[in-house]
Amino acid sequence: MTTSEEPKTDAPARPEAPEDPARISPGGYSVRRTLPLRVEAIRQFRRRRTLIAFGILLVLPWVLVGAFEIGGSPSGNGVPGLVDVATAGALNFTLFALFVSTGFLLVVAVALFCGDTVASEAGWSSLRYLLAAPVPRARLLRQKLIVALSYSVAAVLTLPLMSLVAGTAAFGWADVELPTGGTVPTSTALGRMAIVIGYSLVAQFVVAALAFLLSVVTDSPLGAVGGAVGLVIVSNILDAVTALGSWRDFLPTHWMYSWMDALQPQIQWTGMAKGASISIAYAAVLFALAFRRFHTRDIVS
Amino acid sequence: MRVGGAIRARWGRTGRTARWAAAGSAVALAAGTAVWGASAGGPSRVHTVDQRIQVVDGPHDDQRVTLDTTFYKPVGHAKAPAVMLGHGFGGDKHGVAAEARALARDGYAVLTWTARGFGASTGQIALDSPDYEVKDVRQLIDWLAKRPEVQLDGPGDPRLGMAGESYGGAIALLTAAYDRRVDAIAPQITWNSLPDVLFPNAAGAGPENGVFKKLWAGVFFTSGSRGAGCGRFLPSLCAMYQKVAERGAPTADAIATLRRSSPASVADRITVPTLLVQGQSDSLFPLDQADANARAIARNGAPVSVVWYQGGHDGGDPETGRVRGLVRDFFDARLRHAGTFGTRFTVTRAGGLDSSTQKVVVQEAKARTYPGLSGDPRQLALPGAEQTIHNPAGGAPAAVSALPGLGALGSLDSLGAAGGGLPTDMPGQTATFDTRPLDHSLHLTGAATVRLHVAADGDAGDGGPLFAKLYDVSPDGTAALARRIAAPFRATGGEVTVTLPAMDHRFDRGHRLRLAIATTDMGFATPPQPAAYRVRAVSGLTVPTDPSLVTAPAPIPTWVWILPPAGLAVAAALLLGVRRGRPRERGTGVPLEITGLTKAYGNGHLAVADLSFRVEKGQVLGLLGPNGAGKTTTLRMLMGLIHPDAGEIRIFGHRVTPGAPVLARLGSFVEGPGFLPHLSGRDNLDLYWRATGRPAAEAHMDEALAIAGLGTALDRAVRTYSQGMRQRLAIAQAMLGLPDLLVLDEPTNGLDPPQIREMREVLVRYAAAGRTVIVSSHLLAEVEQTCTHAVVMAGGRRVAAGPVADIVGSGRRLEDAFLEIIGEGTTA
Repeated sequence: MTTSEEPKTDAPARPEAPEDPARISPGGYSVRRTLPLRVEAIRQFRRRRTLIAFGILLVLPWVLVGAFEIGGSPSGNGVPGLVDVATAGALNFTLFALFVSTGFLLVVAVALFCGDTVASEAGWSSLRYLLAAPVPRARLLRQKLIVALSYSVAAVLTLPLMSLVAGTAAFGWADVELPTGGTVPTSTALGRMAIVIGYSLVAQFVVAALAFLLSVVTDSPLGAVGGAVGLVIVSNILDAVTALGSWRDFLPTHWMYSWMDALQPQIQWTGMAKGASISIAYAAVLFALAFRRFHTRDIVS
Repeated sequence: MRVGGAIRARWGRTGRTARWAAAGSAVALAAGTAVWGASAGGPSRVHTVDQRIQVVDGPHDDQRVTLDTTFYKPVGHAKAPAVMLGHGFGGDKHGVAAEARALARDGYAVLTWTARGFGASTGQIALDSPDYEVKDVRQLIDWLAKRPEVQLDGPGDPRLGMAGESYGGAIALLTAAYDRRVDAIAPQITWNSLPDVLFPNAAGAGPENGVFKKLWAGVFFTSGSRGAGCGRFLPSLCAMYQKVAERGAPTADAIATLRRSSPASVADRITVPTLLVQGQSDSLFPLDQADANARAIARNGAPVSVVWYQGGHDGGDPETGRVRGLVRDFFDARLRHAGTFGTRFTVTRAGGLDSSTQKVVVQEAKARTYPGLSGDPRQLALPGAEQTIHNPAGGAPAAVSALPGLGALGSLDSLGAAGGGLPTDMPGQTATFDTRPLDHSLHLTGAATVRLHVAADGDAGDGGPLFAKLYDVSPDGTAALARRIAAPFRATGGEVTVTLPAMDHRFDRGHRLRLAIATTDMGFATPPQPAAYRVRAVSGLTVPTDPSLVTAPAPIPTWVWILPPAGLAVAAALLLGVRRGRPRERGTGVPLEITGLTKAYGNGHLAVADLSFRVEKGQVLGLLGPNGAGKTTTLRMLMGLIHPDAGEIRIFGHRVTPGAPVLARLGSFVEGPGFLPHLSGRDNLDLYWRATGRPAAEAHMDEALAIAGLGTALDRAVRTYSQGMRQRLAIAQAMLGLPDLLVLDEPTNGLDPPQIREMREVLVRYAAAGRTVIVSSHLLAEVEQTCTHAVVMAGGRRVAAGPVADIVGSGRRLEDAFLEIIGEGTTA
């Protein structure tokens, strides 16, 4: 609105006359075209926290390689564990990297992408303009959820893929040594790895759902992400209370490490089946709650 | 035998049944199903009768003994088959109370009794002798036949099954041989031949040439005598044991006595269906004892099923739930003819660790036939030269294979070489022969055999004991005993065929089998004289397998399948009504019509009350009112962000609901800008427009950018913008697509005077083109100069509406009129 741009500013004064007043919306508008996935992906991708999260996941394998290079090969303490065989080869190293990050790092990454997505829009006040664009509420949530889950999947995949690269560079390519003894040839091991990663994704589903629900409920991105991580921590603490007995089976994080059952001479499906069942059941309810809440909520941010 | 039980208890963990039961009830609760209600009455009560029963026994039937018994009445049946449960050595009837109750609940009449010489029963221990214990039990059967609850096959002949562990299992076998009234037996971890158990010889030379299993024999005897001399043993038995233990070798008399207490002596008379449950962690009564019983009974034509489970006298997973379930199913099939019991061979295998419990997962492998201990043999070469091994003077230090309780410690062994690592063999005392690394994994099921050439160096070692064991050697060289059991034999000079301990063990690909021949073993009597032996493998290792064993996948609890559909059902229920179709409406030309709009917030504050007004095309409407008048709430409802409590808003005749398509004809700027701070102004507008899904051509982006007038700042991140720059960008965003109805909330906040003036002109021109503009403001002068019409709000209500000129009246300033109206509004 500077005077120098005077000639242009009168442009709105000469628009074509409004079209048929009885039509519902402008001809180019269609609910199905609102908030395309590509647009939402771009909106999220250029964010600093997205880039930092991926940066950490990409660097962590190299940090671990450095740690093993400095500290030498790990020595066992009698109890079979993945750390004892971490440097046996790229695949073993990848499994170790997954093992150390499943409990917290991946949880934070998934909570970040799913917990931040709606709450941050509310925080920036951009949510109300999107809704008035109008992007119907259910569609906004759906598109945001798809993009957030895609980023989460990418994050969960980034770590093992980069670990494979780092592990190959540092320790070479070798058969997988199982912590309980025995080896699995590379061909089988890649299949097992796919199971491991697939299950990790399913297990993180409940974290994603929890974070997403909190994201819809609160206007503070930090609250949503922190709340989801906090509840995971509480669940882990309860899981440590052995007095709870089999009630712990129904804690959302109880089966988080069940992918290790794929690393035994014979794959044990029971734990993963239970974990997947719990995760999917919780996630379905939490996602539904998120949609319901967002549908009825007054947007006052 | 009872000792084994005690040790198991010490190393024990929660039974699997208990865990599953708990998990099951958790599901029942979580799912809120009727299961909980059905069992709300708690476990049904079992009525018991404690009774001392007088019996007469002895070789001449002249010894009176009182037996302490408990009778468990069947639940839910007036007459039911009977089951007699025997107890382990050193225990009494209370040890089997839990199992008895469970069987009674399943509808069996159960009799438990304390054998003579134990607990509250009188008499002395005769080691399941046909002259004593067997006679006692036959009189208990007489007693059972008189109970009204017991189903009879004939006069004085109850429908009867017998079960029990160890000492109680042997009496089941022996009674079945001596009494035709027994209809089915399920002996567990018990013996076939006591002499072969206590003086084993793996070269088949008989107990006369056996090696004294001194540690177990001692544990066994002491638990019966309670450590006090002969305790309650029959004096003749006590004397026999003392003589044998002193010599470290059997006497003919002892072998004869023990043989009479062995099912082996009467196996040709056992003709009833039999379930033999034997432990894989059992160095006292190894699997070959069950095998001998199975072969003998099967020879008589009776159906025999064999179960190898993880437990045993050495410890290991007791698998209580699984074993009890098998015994119950067996009795159901044999005593009730309910269901079939077609599985002839069941082996439980450690299938790995459960990562959530850190416990070993046990799987069942089943087959329709029992192959014995030498089924489907494979030959593995045992390269290696002759080796010389030494028996140290005094026999110490001795190698450790099995010790009571070590089975539990070594349970990780079953998962692979890395799990174990307890020192077992002493250097210089052991000859080892390794196979080549396996190309494929090999599952040994049975007893491997090997032919050895053994020669003693000098006379001292002639006939000296040697111990054969089987190791699993991983590729990195770690060796662990496949099973912690040693097979003793004697160096008689020349070639011998040694049968290694029976077991079920998987040797992985790349692993080697190692045959170890040792001169000492802590569990056995070995000579104190130093000696040396030369050992050579003459044949390869013959490894039996049973490919017909099929491992059923570990059971997955029902809740795993129920929970996801239940979750989805709950989700669907939650989403019911969320998607609602919109009624098709005919549009009108009225840009905005608000009728009876009311909104109260959660705290009870009435933000908008019964607001109605109408805006016509081409108007620039000023929405006036002091702070808190409800202007912003109204505009938020206009955008579909807030649900009104009552009343409605129509834009061009279409009712506004969240996300209503008609909102695409509305451009809005309400309560400040909302941008993604990390993106530039241009990207923000661009992505916003793409988010509306409308074609880029409809955006009129250049006109909007001209209104924003941000110049080069347009390509900087929005977070660097000043308040005024954001404000202008937000107004530009509202004008994207040149909406028919433009709503601006305090548009001049943060603008400098020239910009304010310019904004005013933009709005006037915008409306002049036939569009409609609503400006909310508290700057009265601003409204006076820009707007054609005004709506004045106070306390959520409309207090005045109409053309600005009408509201102002002649010769007054809007400010005066406004204050006057407000005053009225608040007092009204």
